[in-house]
Amino acid sequence: MSAATHWVGRSVRRLEDPALVRGRGRFTADLPAQHYVRFVRSPVASGHIVRVAAPPGAMMFTAAELAGVAPIRPMLDKFGYVPIAQPVLASEVVRYVGDLVAVVIADDEALAEDFAEQVELDIEPLAAVTDAQFALAPDAPQVHAAAPGNLVVDILYETPGYAERTRKGRRVACTIRSHRQNATPIEPRAAHAAFDAASRRVTLTCTTQTPHMMRTAIADLIGMEEADLRVIAPDVGGGFGQKMSLAPEFVVVVWLARHLRSSVAWIEDRRENLMASFHSRDMTVALEASFDDTGRLVVLDGDVLSNVGAYAPYPNTAAVEPLMSLAELPGPYAFGAYRCQARGVVTNTCCSAPYRGVARPAITLAMERLMDKAARAFGLTPWEIRRRNLVTAFPFTSASGLVYDTGTYREAMEAVLQAVDLPAFQVRQSALRPQGRYLGLGLSVFCERTGYGSPAFAVRGMAVTPGWEQVELAIDPSGVVEARIGASPHGQGLATSLAQIIADRLGVTPDRVRVVHGDTDRTPYGFGTFASRSLVIAGGAVHIAADRLRMKLVAMAGTMLETAAEDIELADGLARVAGTDRAIALTTLARTAYHQAHRFSDLSPGLRESAVYDPTGTFSNACHLAIVEVDVATCAISIERFIVAEDAGRLINPMIAEGQIRGGVAQGIANALYEEIVYSETGDTLTATLADYLPPTCREIPRIEIHHLETVTDASITGAKGLGEGGTIGAPAAVLNAINDALAPLEVEIDAMPATPLRIHAALQAAGVR
Amino acid sequence: MKLPARLTINGVTYDVQVEPRRTLVDALRRDCGLTGTHIGCEHGVCGSCTVIVDGSPVRSCLMFAVQADGCEVVTIEGLPLLMSCDTKAHDEVSTLHPLQQAFIEHHGLQCGFCTPGFLMLAAAVLHRDPHITDADLIDALSSNLCRCTGYQGIIDAVLAAARAMRVSNSER
Repeated sequence: MSAATHWVGRSVRRLEDPALVRGRGRFTADLPAQHYVRFVRSPVASGHIVRVAAPPGAMMFTAAELAGVAPIRPMLDKFGYVPIAQPVLASEVVRYVGDLVAVVIADDEALAEDFAEQVELDIEPLAAVTDAQFALAPDAPQVHAAAPGNLVVDILYETPGYAERTRKGRRVACTIRSHRQNATPIEPRAAHAAFDAASRRVTLTCTTQTPHMMRTAIADLIGMEEADLRVIAPDVGGGFGQKMSLAPEFVVVVWLARHLRSSVAWIEDRRENLMASFHSRDMTVALEASFDDTGRLVVLDGDVLSNVGAYAPYPNTAAVEPLMSLAELPGPYAFGAYRCQARGVVTNTCCSAPYRGVARPAITLAMERLMDKAARAFGLTPWEIRRRNLVTAFPFTSASGLVYDTGTYREAMEAVLQAVDLPAFQVRQSALRPQGRYLGLGLSVFCERTGYGSPAFAVRGMAVTPGWEQVELAIDPSGVVEARIGASPHGQGLATSLAQIIADRLGVTPDRVRVVHGDTDRTPYGFGTFASRSLVIAGGAVHIAADRLRMKLVAMAGTMLETAAEDIELADGLARVAGTDRAIALTTLARTAYHQAHRFSDLSPGLRESAVYDPTGTFSNACHLAIVEVDVATCAISIERFIVAEDAGRLINPMIAEGQIRGGVAQGIANALYEEIVYSETGDTLTATLADYLPPTCREIPRIEIHHLETVTDASITGAKGLGEGGTIGAPAAVLNAINDALAPLEVEIDAMPATPLRIHAALQAAGVR
Repeated sequence: MKLPARLTINGVTYDVQVEPRRTLVDALRRDCGLTGTHIGCEHGVCGSCTVIVDGSPVRSCLMFAVQADGCEVVTIEGLPLLMSCDTKAHDEVSTLHPLQQAFIEHHGLQCGFCTPGFLMLAAAVLHRDPHITDADLIDALSSNLCRCTGYQGIIDAVLAAARAMRVSNSER
């Protein structure tokens, strides 16, 4: 049997694209509805709701009417996690600017907006706290009565014998500040719920990465059977994690569709998205390390403080950033003694939730700044200190207990150093400094946990433990292959990548494969698309299911061609006796499987298999290198070069993989230099438009050079590792290290991101340079 | 109060009754059923709603529908017409504009939400000035936001399409 692969590994053009470039994509906001809703949001960060009054003629609902809907209260059964509850509409108190107070309904969007503006809100303001450090003070305002001291998660990890460890050698410390980010998909969130009078079911079409989990959550909160709710994720205009968490607005919209027995739509505007969707990365990471005489890291002590906002996101809980930080802080470095305290603190700010990279942009910045500071302390180059500390032998168990199956940390770093031509750069850097031009080069080495199944998630103790994915794979009587998956892509090109995997197993072309996703009526239960998992896990599941179908096809072909099944190969849409021209078309086999099933006494009729895949997970890795120039007059930063050497195992579709890297790096550069959600001291959002919160344009993002290493892993059936988040994880540290290299002659250090001109100016001033 | 507006969109006349405050993008999407034009910010920054009005790229969230009364509007649904409308009228848009083809070939899109806006922006710029320099073209593309691609695929696609269109023009 030939196992020739023809499609995997090729930059096949995406099956998704022809409809999208024609403007024929179907997005949630495209659906017309009978009723449109507008949410009335709190203008104050903390307060008691005294009165909410609707304008004459407006239909309005508040918490009183939705009293039967349970609050969102995601659970974690470990780490002393303090669960906090979020009513879908605020009932007595509001906890951040943007908190949902009421919903108004009209048959026209503009009219609903008019009504919402006329709602009279009487909220008695209370003292608010927006900063995590302040929230820990003994006299700080308390955000939730259930969370005294505002502490919702406090985890301490120590390697065995840590306390007895003598701290010898050179101590290097580093504290970084990661300011608050918004994922900012270009499509804002939206939901459309339609009640069907005949079946009494509701169909919720919405911008989600996780349709099955949304169905479970919403049905639970409203108290309806899951079978009475169908959730559809149509084309979704980017998510980056922001669309994996449950939006309370979705629950309200479903409730309204049932209550009004009609169709109801909500379309988030950009202001709402920036102030009241889900934020992330508001973190401080403090490291204290001991290095031995040879520059090897021996002991690492970490302290992570995460501002989780006013509520906890479903399903991940408010512990997601602290937990991820603690587990993955050691990164690609080989050392044994590790202690880390990670805390999550509630404040009167928008709820924090996963955003592509989750915590790792901040912890990678901390570790990579630490390495550069250690290099200076030892008089070594940044690459030499890393050479002495990177893990080189695999499998390796990290100081936090994670097993790295394979990795090319050192090789990836050497690859970018090779590509950049270091000596030439150093000559240019030295030559330009006397002219007042400050060039800098920065490195960032990291590993990225990908494709992990339920055992890895179970360690977190989430009440909802994701991990596995399943697929139903069928060939219809006309010979078209249909894969129904629980994963829910929203721009990743997963349909194309899966079609390539299936095409190779079944000897067809990818355009003969239809991948169905994002519809709970049409697909088996699954967890959706997040955490760099879908290609590995859904990809593994389709691989298994396709091999089962293949077994059946060759058995049938063997019977029909009167030969042994082992002699049959599937290729070019045919089942062929290997080495001969005796063949039968797959379309004929398909027709026969359904309509002449009696010819195969030992096979079940039809062509349909299912498979579940639940891997332990793996780690991809990369090294990023940035060359920047800092203009010390304007404090503007330009990125001259950006190089990535990555190892994500086998690349199923290199074009798609490179697209993921480029998009991720662009978001990482944005994180490093431009984007920041800013609150006033009283908790007002100061960045509620795209003129204040600044996603970069094509002028700010350089051409990104990519080098592939392809270490195939046994930890994944397809050999692919996944790389969805790596770009965002590594880029900020490379950019900040480059800025610091540029400013080193001025004795200026920047350990906060984004490194805006204002922050650079302040640092230059503090150093007496300006 | 509603006012009448006559919009010519992709060569088809639409007589709509709209409130004066109705934006062009809402009229396109809700009154004309052309949902290929997307709304990303409604304050004129992201450019997802870019359409061509009388030959110029316009953010349709910043223009009222009544302002487009009597104007020729081209949306993503009619983009291919820009290449072939000289020769004969199309009732069925079946072919792809070189820009659309190039976006597919150069991986110029991921989620596809900003894509119609980028295509219409690039089309307006290239049809107005087929010999625009690469640098000016990239400068024009910085008008719009994309969150998925990191822009390289978009730039590569538009530069490739610009070359293809110049060749096609010179062969005519």
